[in-house]
Amino acid sequence: MRDVSIIGVGQIPVAEHWDRSIRDLAVEAIAAARQDAGIDRVDVLFVGNMLSGELAGQENLATLVADAAGLLPIEALKIEAACASGGAALRAAHLAVGSGAHDYALVVGVEKMTDYLTDGVTAALALAADADYEAAHGITFAALNALLMRRYMYEHQARHEDFAPFSVNAHANAALNPHAMYRQPITVDDFERSPWVADPINILDSAGICDGAAALLIGPTSETRRARRPPVRIAASATATDTLGLAERKDPLVWDVDLFEPHDAFTIVSVLTLEACGLADRGRALKLAAEGRIGLEGDIPICTFGGLKGRGHPVGASGVYQLVETVLQLRGEAGPAQVRGATIGMAQSVGGSGSVAVTHILQV
Amino acid sequence: MKTGREVGIAGYGVYIPAPRIDARTIAAAWGRSPDTRLPVREKSVPAADEDTVTMAIEAARGALRRSRAGPSAVRAVWVGTESKPYAVKPSSTIVAEAIGATPWVSAADLEFACKAGSEAMQTACAFVGSGMAEYALAIGMDAAQSKPGDHLEFTAAAGGAAYLFGPAADALALVEGSRSFVTDTPDFFRRQHMHYPEHGHRFTGEPSYFRHTLEASRGLLEALGRVPSDYRWAVFHQPNPKFMRKVAAELGFGEAQIAPGAVVDRIGNTYSGASLLGLAAFLDAARAGDRIFFCSYGSGAGSDAFSLVATARLEAARDAAPSVADYLERRQPIPDYGAYLRMTRAIRML
Amino acid sequence: MTVELPRYHRLRGAYYRLEGSACPACPGRYFPPRAVCPACRTAGLRMFAFCGRGTLYSFSRVLQPPRGFASMAPYAVGMVRLEEGPLISCQLADTDGVDLSIGMPVEMVTRKLRDAEEHGYIVYGYKFRPRLGRAR
Repeated sequence: MRDVSIIGVGQIPVAEHWDRSIRDLAVEAIAAARQDAGIDRVDVLFVGNMLSGELAGQENLATLVADAAGLLPIEALKIEAACASGGAALRAAHLAVGSGAHDYALVVGVEKMTDYLTDGVTAALALAADADYEAAHGITFAALNALLMRRYMYEHQARHEDFAPFSVNAHANAALNPHAMYRQPITVDDFERSPWVADPINILDSAGICDGAAALLIGPTSETRRARRPPVRIAASATATDTLGLAERKDPLVWDVDLFEPHDAFTIVSVLTLEACGLADRGRALKLAAEGRIGLEGDIPICTFGGLKGRGHPVGASGVYQLVETVLQLRGEAGPAQVRGATIGMAQSVGGSGSVAVTHILQV
Repeated sequence: MKTGREVGIAGYGVYIPAPRIDARTIAAAWGRSPDTRLPVREKSVPAADEDTVTMAIEAARGALRRSRAGPSAVRAVWVGTESKPYAVKPSSTIVAEAIGATPWVSAADLEFACKAGSEAMQTACAFVGSGMAEYALAIGMDAAQSKPGDHLEFTAAAGGAAYLFGPAADALALVEGSRSFVTDTPDFFRRQHMHYPEHGHRFTGEPSYFRHTLEASRGLLEALGRVPSDYRWAVFHQPNPKFMRKVAAELGFGEAQIAPGAVVDRIGNTYSGASLLGLAAFLDAARAGDRIFFCSYGSGAGSDAFSLVATARLEAARDAAPSVADYLERRQPIPDYGAYLRMTRAIRML
Repeated sequence: MTVELPRYHRLRGAYYRLEGSACPACPGRYFPPRAVCPACRTAGLRMFAFCGRGTLYSFSRVLQPPRGFASMAPYAVGMVRLEEGPLISCQLADTDGVDLSIGMPVEMVTRKLRDAEEHGYIVYGYKFRPRLGRAR
């Protein structure tokens, strides 16, 4: 397979976009990425999205977006892998370009969540769980993660406040990110006083419901000299799956992923991801965070633009936001959020309660 | 009065939901003075996820556990209730499916106000007694309905029992005979469009409850040539603590013969389940050879009387399922009347 | 009628009787039912009914219910380690005033799973509750 690089990135602020539809969001992010790349050619479009049918009343989404962005008649497909849809869309694009079937592939992750009330969105998000054996029993995503967190706290004698550094770090970094939704810093005290969603998960453990879109243009590394911005290589790309139902996992507290970069939809997910990737021993991720090693100045910076928690989590778009942010870090364009000397970055997009993970390693 | 072949109770199971509302909480909500005499101290209320079907399933599982019958040997599932979750659609099929008795099984819901359960018992006796079935399951279960503010609200409770009838060889208690006394006496009714039943106040007493209970009881005693002193225990339909005691005294049964079965004192009136729960409380305590008298009452109106005698198999089977006492002791107090209204779906959201 | 009648009808074995699968070739027991054994990849698993007893592996209480569960909220959910081995995710019943703890014995009951008012159809299924009565 030939070497592939990201040559353009674009994103719009994560927010409650009351005046923008799903197509408006996608078109804006695509325009920004194409502008950034300075290359006009697009051969194929992959749209990462989870809930357009449920929350925007729209399927056949990729054709809609291709049309709205003026890209007809190119091949266009929606890629759905629950909250990992964004990462999965880049994975598909990487395969398309790497194989030589296409040269320039556009990836856009987009989600429109704020047209519905919370109970409807909660029910929609539960579509990523097992419909018959989780969702139909009223077990929400927050509840699934709460079950993991309670068990983790039991096995490692952890307290709820031990999880605070993850949320505090995400908010601190989000404050530096103009595209983030939750830019107010929080304290451990704020974290502890936040109301329960599904105990032991509270609101500040959880990434919020919002709208967003982010886009990437990728092409063969051999052609990147034409690009306006420094190319960032996709050094590795992988997807793995596990049982959809959390209870059917061999050991629910071990996630079978090989790489790092948290999908911090809940604080417990950051913890399990750090341990699963080998960046912390089992039961030691909380200590890592408590020692300040996950901050921008730490040796394992995570959620450098605020992560899902601070930036906001427009589910199907989040994976692409992570990749856009990683590219900005590697290009040295992260502004006040810059991790000094970054040359290798990892982004991991997780769907379901850890039932699918898409990981990319990017390199300059 | 007697079946062709000898029949007995081959298994029994009960159910009482955990939530309880204090009668004083109800009284306070309706502005009754705190020294008003209330018929019971508290009553059982189904939890938000419970109804007659879920309660019947648990009682049925208890009955099977106490029996030697496998679920596929059960040839009939009859649910007697006046609180069917569906106006049209059998509750009994859900119960039969849940216990694994489907598909070669008869199933129906019976309705005769508070005697629907004993009606199912009598029918099950006949089904087994005729030889048409080895085992038939009769359930009396209610999530009793009462109009908020009505005097019945203090007692209308939830619970009931399931009885598996089978051949004498399998019996925990043998059925010695059964008689019914029925007339058309309109003391209590609910039409389909009404949320709550209407009742005839004092008309529900003398011409209704007392007449039918006394006649059926006397009829059976006479037919069997028995007197109250032949029985260790007796249970009657128990809409409140008073009625059953009055009827027992009039027939010649003493307080000691009825007290252990007076479940109404603890949880209120469980309608179709009431007399069946009282009987179960006796089976929880009876020794081989103990004779038990049973008489239900259903508004509309009628009574079914049974004479039963415990066998040597009863004591060994007893612990296979929770007892009436286990359920009575499992209490979850409802904090206030608002929470009670929410649980009983009395608040209409649209 | 948007509550899927055929879907819940199809699920009655699992929902009412806790029917899962057993592998004929290895000791694997699975809930929910599966067609292929994830341990040895044998196809053609047979029906296996779990006894309905287990211990609590983890638990939570849902305060933000999804659409269709408002009448029950807040409600407890849990993961239960069944006596036969598998874990099952479920609602927990009768937990008001009960101090839930990991490891406590629980048992299966059949309850209403969700609001029925909207469409009229009542979905019944398994939940687990603190084990009742004497040891059996």
